[in-house]
Amino acid sequence: MTVSSNGIAKNDGKPTSTFFKSFFSFLITFILMFLSWLVLSGKFEPLLLWLGGISSFLVAYYFYDLLFPALETGYVKIFFRFVQYCPWLIWEIIKANFHLLYLSFHPRMKELIDPHIITFKSNLKSDIAITTLANSITLTPGTITVTADSDGVFKVHAIDRESAEALPGIMLEKVARIFGEEI
Amino acid sequence: MDILVILLLLIGLLFFLGGAVGIIRMPDFYSRLHPAGKLDTLGILAMVMGLALYNLHHFSLESLLLSIKMFLIVFFVFLASPTATHSIVDAGMRAGLRHWTKKKRKV
Repeated sequence: MTVSSNGIAKNDGKPTSTFFKSFFSFLITFILMFLSWLVLSGKFEPLLLWLGGISSFLVAYYFYDLLFPALETGYVKIFFRFVQYCPWLIWEIIKANFHLLYLSFHPRMKELIDPHIITFKSNLKSDIAITTLANSITLTPGTITVTADSDGVFKVHAIDRESAEALPGIMLEKVARIFGEEI
Repeated sequence: MDILVILLLLIGLLFFLGGAVGIIRMPDFYSRLHPAGKLDTLGILAMVMGLALYNLHHFSLESLLLSIKMFLIVFFVFLASPTATHSIVDAGMRAGLRHWTKKKRKV
């Protein structure tokens, strides 16, 4: 695995041509735009379908490089690994939500909580991996990301010792595995 | 089906109530953000699931599309909520606000 300039791990395969890449990011943007048009309009008359198709085409033509700046085969793998990661994340959110619910209704709450800030360093390189980890930490209650910088240093505000102990640990491992990075 | 819908709505309400109570009871700015920013995410997930199920009572293409739109709301809340919470915390940090600790209370 080598790491390209934008930080996404590349596969050691033949480099695909730029035309091919930008065509695929155009196609995927077009499909996403058209699907959201279909869902949001909910009408399937030919005129409206044509209008949606033309608007999606224009948006995809001009802005294909916004959603997928450098589309590579690695993206497909990342997408599927991210989908596999989601159920685990939702389960963590549910577990931790119940913990926070218990805390906020507890009569002697101030004795249970112990807010403090922990700092840890990870070796995540790409922006998207750092963003995913920061948002995952904030989504699981008990911990809020205070700062996350491009060197992979995280400052996390934890509400009690129990939620602080879970970090960085398994979540960092999972996020690193999604984006094919070393921990 | 109805029982499931009511159960989901009640769970959502419980989480929103917990969030509101938590905001009032927590000791300082940072710990208040914990219930504010996050009990809402599961609350909204449960409530929208209940409403989407209720909406699918009369199954048709339109009601299916409406339910998908509802889940789009959840998707965007899940994206926006941690980001907003993070930027509020960051603003507090930049302003130099200290966080509440147990030691302070004993002094």
